[in-house]
Amino acid sequence: MTALLSVENLHVEFATYGGIVKAVRGVSFDVEAGQTLAIVGESGSGKSVTMQAVMGLIPMPPGRITQGSAKLRGQDFLGRLEMDGRTICGDEIGMIFQDPMSSLNPTMRIGDQIAETLKVHRDYSPKEAWKRAIELLELVKIPEAPKRAAQYPFEFSGGMLQRVMIAMAVACKPAVLIADEPTTALDVTIQAQILDLLQDIQKETGMAIILITHDLAVVARMADKVAVMYAGQIVEAATVNELFYESAHPYTLGLKQAMPSAESDENHVLEPIPGSPPDLFSPPQGCAYCARCPWHMQVCQTDDPASFRLSDTHTSRCWLQHPRQPREVEGLHRAESQGVSKPVSDTADQEVSP
Amino acid sequence: MTALVKLDDLRKYFDLGRGQRVHAVDGISLEIAEGETLGLVGESGSGKSTLGKALLGLHDKSAGTVYYGGQALPQRYKAADFQRLASRMQMIFQDPYSSLNPRMTVGEIIAEGLRGRKLSNSQKQQRVAEWLDRVGLSAGHASRYPHEFSGGQRQRIGIARALIMEPEFVVCDEPISALDVSVQAQVVNLLNNLKQSMGLTMLFIAHDLSMVRYISDRMAVMYLGALVEIGPASDVYFSPKHPYTQVLTASNPEPDPELEKQRASTTIQGEIPSPVNVPTGCRFAGRCPKVMPVCREVTPQLLPLVDEDRLVACHLYQPE
Repeated sequence: MTALLSVENLHVEFATYGGIVKAVRGVSFDVEAGQTLAIVGESGSGKSVTMQAVMGLIPMPPGRITQGSAKLRGQDFLGRLEMDGRTICGDEIGMIFQDPMSSLNPTMRIGDQIAETLKVHRDYSPKEAWKRAIELLELVKIPEAPKRAAQYPFEFSGGMLQRVMIAMAVACKPAVLIADEPTTALDVTIQAQILDLLQDIQKETGMAIILITHDLAVVARMADKVAVMYAGQIVEAATVNELFYESAHPYTLGLKQAMPSAESDENHVLEPIPGSPPDLFSPPQGCAYCARCPWHMQVCQTDDPASFRLSDTHTSRCWLQHPRQPREVEGLHRAESQGVSKPVSDTADQEVSP
Repeated sequence: MTALVKLDDLRKYFDLGRGQRVHAVDGISLEIAEGETLGLVGESGSGKSTLGKALLGLHDKSAGTVYYGGQALPQRYKAADFQRLASRMQMIFQDPYSSLNPRMTVGEIIAEGLRGRKLSNSQKQQRVAEWLDRVGLSAGHASRYPHEFSGGQRQRIGIARALIMEPEFVVCDEPISALDVSVQAQVVNLLNNLKQSMGLTMLFIAHDLSMVRYISDRMAVMYLGALVEIGPASDVYFSPKHPYTQVLTASNPEPDPELEKQRASTTIQGEIPSPVNVPTGCRFAGRCPKVMPVCREVTPQLLPLVDEDRLVACHLYQPE
């Protein structure tokens, strides 16, 4: 069975005055209909760039997709604007952004902005489009939709604007919705409302959601599958339960220990990850996390780790998962029988060595 | 324990003209004991930052009094008041990108507060170097400019700038919300260590409930300019009494998928109303899942619960 959306070995770089930034270095993932994939990472890890590259939203130049493919229902569409008469961006894949205030046109009425999508992509007449816009505002549970449709963005709160963004993104019934930090700018009560809304729409339409976030708590709440990104690579990919209860990469462990959790008692001390992420102008030769990793070994400094498989759904890019690696690390999950974990063939490895 | 800071019915209004005013802080009384960390949580627009600024004199107070060490502070600060109080009370700001002057070197930024003191240049430089070291940077960073630093490092510079004055009391206004998770923990631990070594008293303003519970001794919850609940941080977090606090903790996701699967979907609808036309009665009545007729008429007072170290402003708990 082919996945709904699958991205393989994606490489993206940007030419800047300071040199070439390798923002995405060999990222692969896939997502099925009705499923939610969360991409987690810190700022600068390449999570937003990955999705922008898939959507064709990267300005080129300075950006460049040097390698890789993105397939929708098995058909490669990377670098194309249309497929089978449907535009990728809008028809097939909808997107919502972190900051709804700056993503909307302040001089256009809300209803017109939603209607515009329908007029462009679906050839609706102005009247039909306006009627559908009001239905969409009702779908995202905006009270008094007909009145609100005639208002401007400044008359809406942040949470309400994010609902409008969702209405626009789902207007053409996309197969995949990409949500880039959709709740980062919102309060917790509003965040809960928006996350509920996304789940309701997903149940109704069966669309896949790719949720880009830095917040592990949001991941725990929303995701079926998770990919953890660090310095332009996916360092661990797993189902949500595997990721939280059988973490197999030191960076994932580090992130978990840096957050206060419900069970932690009063004497619990947060353990921050020391240092900061590497400079992507010149990514380190070995493992990118090596300099911050408490368990790094000699091999980590020289060789980029292969991706080791712990189960059908779980991979970790860490030398500690190598079957001949003798050290036991507390809290780090390893494949049960030493023979099982074997490197997944990975062209990205050769890519990194000069 | 004695109260170092005491607020008595503190109010801060912003006039909009045409007879309209924003009730940003609307009658708050609380005490912060010496050596204590009080966490202050609430949604955006609840007035928590305004409270912090009014407390330090960065906003003139509309009414009410702030007592510091038993003495009333002036309602409106003059330059001399800032000079006098700067060595006792300091603030760490939210946004490490806009709170540092991009045209000043890090050394100049950190040393700026020492200007009024009789110190030679080399003494100042020595103090700056010492503080850069204490916040986890190196003395060589003093000659660099803010743009050369990451968000977490800038927040460390902001901390050094505030604490070089060796204050007794610090207001931290969302010091970690602009930072990545791994860096948040670094900054929180740094604040905790400095608090212990210097014996600081802190008001820690944030919207991240889990972090506030972690860092605070007591937690205060604000809604639309008023306090709705205050008590020991873990008690408030794990057994919230006020319906608003219950909504906040129920909306706060935990990094644990099994816990999240058991979570009921959100019960609260609507958003925080405008602080211009504050409703009569309880401010939360319009969104409250447990609203009663009395809530829309009578404003509940912040009263202690029986047998518990907790104050709650809700008619569910008011004595008959």
